[in-house]
Amino acid sequence: MSFFNEARFLIKTNIRDYGMYIALFVIMLTFSVMTDGLFMSSRNISNLLDSAGYIAVLAVGMTLIIVIRHIDLSVGFVAGFLGAVAAIFLTQMGLSVWLVIPIVLVFGIIIGLFNGFLVAKIGIPSFVATLAGMLIFRGALLNVTESTGTIIVNDDLFNALGNGFIPSLVEVNGLHLLSVLVGAVGIALYIYSEISTRRNKATYGFEVISLPIFIVKLVFVSFIIGYITWVLAGYNGFSWTVVIMLLVVVIYHFLSTKTVLGRNIYAVGSNPEAAHLSGINVTKITMIVFGSMGMLAALSGILFTARLQSATTTAGTLFELDAIAAAYVGGVSSAGGVGKVTGAIIGAIVMASLSSGMNLLGVGISYQYMIRGGVLAAAVIFDVMTRKQRG
Amino acid sequence: MSDYILEMNGITKEFTGIKALDDVNFKVERGEIHCLIGENGAGKSTLMKVLSGVYPYGTYEGDIVYKGEVQRFNEINDSVKAGIAIIYQELALFPDLTVYENIFAGNEIRKGPFVDWNETIVQSAKMLEKVKLRVDPETLIKDLGVGKQQLVEIAKTLSKNVELLILDEPTAALNENDSENLLELLKELRSQGITCIMISHKLKEVISIADKATILRDGKTIVTLDAHKGEISESVIIKNMVGREIADIYPRRLDHQFGDTVLALNAWSAYDSQLGRHVVKNANIQLKQGEIIGIAGLMGSGRTELALSIFGNPKKYKIEGDMQVNGQNVQFKHTSDAIKSGIAYVTEDRKGNGLFLINDIKNNITAAHLKGISQSGVLNLNEEVKVGSEYRKSLHIKTSSLELAVGKLSGGNQQKVSLGKWLFTGPKILILDEPTRGIDVGAKFEIYTIMNELIKQGMSIIMISSELNEIIGMSDRIYVMAEGAITGELSRENTTQEAIMELATQ
Repeated sequence: MSFFNEARFLIKTNIRDYGMYIALFVIMLTFSVMTDGLFMSSRNISNLLDSAGYIAVLAVGMTLIIVIRHIDLSVGFVAGFLGAVAAIFLTQMGLSVWLVIPIVLVFGIIIGLFNGFLVAKIGIPSFVATLAGMLIFRGALLNVTESTGTIIVNDDLFNALGNGFIPSLVEVNGLHLLSVLVGAVGIALYIYSEISTRRNKATYGFEVISLPIFIVKLVFVSFIIGYITWVLAGYNGFSWTVVIMLLVVVIYHFLSTKTVLGRNIYAVGSNPEAAHLSGINVTKITMIVFGSMGMLAALSGILFTARLQSATTTAGTLFELDAIAAAYVGGVSSAGGVGKVTGAIIGAIVMASLSSGMNLLGVGISYQYMIRGGVLAAAVIFDVMTRKQRG
Repeated sequence: MSDYILEMNGITKEFTGIKALDDVNFKVERGEIHCLIGENGAGKSTLMKVLSGVYPYGTYEGDIVYKGEVQRFNEINDSVKAGIAIIYQELALFPDLTVYENIFAGNEIRKGPFVDWNETIVQSAKMLEKVKLRVDPETLIKDLGVGKQQLVEIAKTLSKNVELLILDEPTAALNENDSENLLELLKELRSQGITCIMISHKLKEVISIADKATILRDGKTIVTLDAHKGEISESVIIKNMVGREIADIYPRRLDHQFGDTVLALNAWSAYDSQLGRHVVKNANIQLKQGEIIGIAGLMGSGRTELALSIFGNPKKYKIEGDMQVNGQNVQFKHTSDAIKSGIAYVTEDRKGNGLFLINDIKNNITAAHLKGISQSGVLNLNEEVKVGSEYRKSLHIKTSSLELAVGKLSGGNQQKVSLGKWLFTGPKILILDEPTRGIDVGAKFEIYTIMNELIKQGMSIIMISSELNEIIGMSDRIYVMAEGAITGELSRENTTQEAIMELATQ
C-alpha cells in the first residue's frame, strides 16, 4: 500500500476518533484567524485550559457513567457542595490543605457510592436517583453557606490549584524551563511508549502500520505536544489545573483501556446481561463507576473553589450538563459501551474554546448558548452518521 | 406458462468488495409455498432485504419483477404498499400492548381524526379467526406464548392485505406443537391465495410443506426443486446446501469409559418470585466426567432455568436442595463463583445475553476470563490477539479480521465465538443451551465435532436442545423435563423421539 493510500485508509477507518481532533483544530484555527492570533496567544490558551479544567475532570467520570448506560445529574451540586465543605474546612476549622483534599475526595467517593447503591442495588433509574441527589446537594450547598454567604479562601497553597503554575526554576528567553522540561519529558515518554508498543507487536508477529506513517504520526503528535508546551511556557508555564487534568486523563485512559476493570466497565455498558453471565459483577462495576464519578466531582469542586478563591452559594450550577455535553462532543454513545476518556477531555476543550473564542470576538451570551448547542447537536449527528456508515 | 408473482433476476449485492449475492435468480409462482434454504451467510436474509426495500433500489444490480412490473422499492413502506410483508425471526410486537392494538399498530382504523377502538377490536377478532388463534383481543402480548405471538404477527400482516408473505425461520422458537399449527396455517393461507416464502433450517418442515424449494449457497442460486415432481428430499437438500454429502450428521465417537461424577443435583428446586412459581422442581441429576447428557423438553419446561440455577443463579431464584461439584458441596453466590468452579454456560440467546455485539471478536473471546490475558489487573493486549487467533483457527471462525464487531458475523460464527469465550475459561463442565439453534447444517456438524473433541479431553457436557434428533444423536443419557420437573431419564441406546415426546408432554 502506498503512503497516501494507507493514510487515507487510516483516516477513513478512524474518522470517528479523529473527527473531534479535526473539529478542535478547525475551531482553533477559525478563532485564531478571526482574532488576528489573539486566540492562540499564550495567555489565552493558558486561561482557556484552566477554565476547562473543572468541567474536564467531570466529563471524564461522566463518560464512564454514560458508557455503562447511566447518567449522573447530581455532580454539579456535589462539586459545589464539596467545594464549600473544603472552604469551610480550610477557613473555619483551619485544617491543612494536605488533609482537606483527601478528606473531600473521600466524601466525594462516599456520595458517589451512595448514588451507585441506589442505582445498582435498589434499582432506581439513575436519572431519578441523581436528580434527587441534585436537589439534595443544592440544598446542602445553600445550607452550609447560608449563615456566611460566600466563603473567601485565603489559603495560597489551595488557591494555587486553580490559579497557580508549576515553579519555573529558571526562565530562558522568557520561557519557563521546568514547563519546557515537562513537555520534553512528555514527548520522550510518548515516543518511547509508541516504539515499545510497536516493537512488542512485531515480536508477536502482528501487523503494524508502515514505517513512514508511523514516523509521520510520531512527529505530528510530538509537534503538537511541543507546540502546546511552547505556547504555555511563554506565559506562566503549566498551571496546576492543567497538570491535574493531564494526570486524571492519563490515569483514566490507562484504567479504561489497559486494565481488567476498564474492560469490565465497557462490557457492562455493551451488554449488561451478557456481562453478568460472563461472571462480571455488574453491581460492583456500577458502584465503582459512580464512586469514581463522586471522587471526580469532589476534585472538580476543589478546582472550582480554588479558581474563584471562594465558595459561592451557586457554585456547581449546570456543571453536570456541561460535563454531559463535553462527554457527548467527545464521542460517547448513550447506547452504552462506546466512548473514550481522551474524547471527554477534547470535548471539554472544544466547549471551552468556543466560549473563549466567542468572548474574544464579543459575541453576545445569547448567541453563545445557541452556537454551543448547535455544536453539541452537530457532534452527535456526526457520530450517528459515521456509525451508520460503518455499521 | 407459469404465473410468477415474483421474479428476481440477476440480483447482485456487494458489501465493500464482498459479494453477498452473486447473480441470484429467484422465481415464485402465485399461490405456492416456496422455501428458501441455505447455510448461514448464504445470502437468504440479504435477498429478502433487497426484496423488501431495506436495501433500496440502486444499491444492488438486477431486477425485481413483482406482479409483472419492475419494482423500485426505496424503503420498506414501498414494498408493504405493494403487498409484500416480512415476518422476522425476532418478532416486532409491543409486549405491553394488547393483541388488538398490536394487530393494527401503524395501520390504525380511524373515525375522523380519532382511532376507532371498537371497530379495531371487531376487526382484530376477525383476523384472529383467520389465523385460528383463540384469545381475547384484549390480552396483553407479553401474556401469550411465543407460538401465539407468532400468530398475532401473522394476523397483523393479514390486516394489511398482504399477497406475498415472507417468514424468516418462523418455527425456530416454537415447540413441535406450535410449529405444526403454524405449518397448517400456512397451508390454509395458501388455499386462500396468499403466496408464501419461508426461510427455514428445519428440513422436515420444508419437506412437509414446500411446493418448491430454492437453495442458495455462497450468494448464488444453486437449484430450485419442485415437490410436485418429487425432487425434494432431505439428502438432496443437504447435498445442495453444503455441496457435499453428509453421511451421518452426528459424528460417532468411540465408546469410552466415564470418570467420576463431576456434578450432582439433589432435590434441586428453584422458585421464581417474580413469576410466583417453581421453575425447577425437585430435580435429581448426575453428570459424569466425559459424559454428554441431554436435557430435552418443550419450550418453557424449565430447561434454561435449570441451567441458570446451576450457573450462579443470576436470576436470583430461591434455591432449595444441594449441588455437588467434584463431590464437594457448593453454593454459588454469583456467576463468577460458578466459573471459578469450572462451569461454563453458553447461552441460548447469543445476541441477547451471550455476546457483546458491538465489541470485536477477540474482546468477546476473552471477556469471561480476562485473568488469562492480564497480570495484576493490567491487560496484555498482544496476548489477547494471540488468544483470539488461536480460537479463530481451532474453531474455524470465518472472519476477515479479529477486530470485526461480533454483531457482523453470521449466526454460526457467532456461536463459535460464544463457544470460544467459554472454552477460554477452561471449564470442566460445559452447559450448552440450544447450541445449534439458527445455524446451518455445516456449522452444526462442526459444533458436534468440537463437542466430541472436548469430552475426549475430559470435559463433561450438559446439552439443552429442542431438536430431538440432536438430543438422541449426541447424548449419552437424556433427561426429559416438563413443567420444571424431570419426568424421565433415558439412555442413548433405547430412546426414540416418541418416547421423549411422551415424557415431555406429561
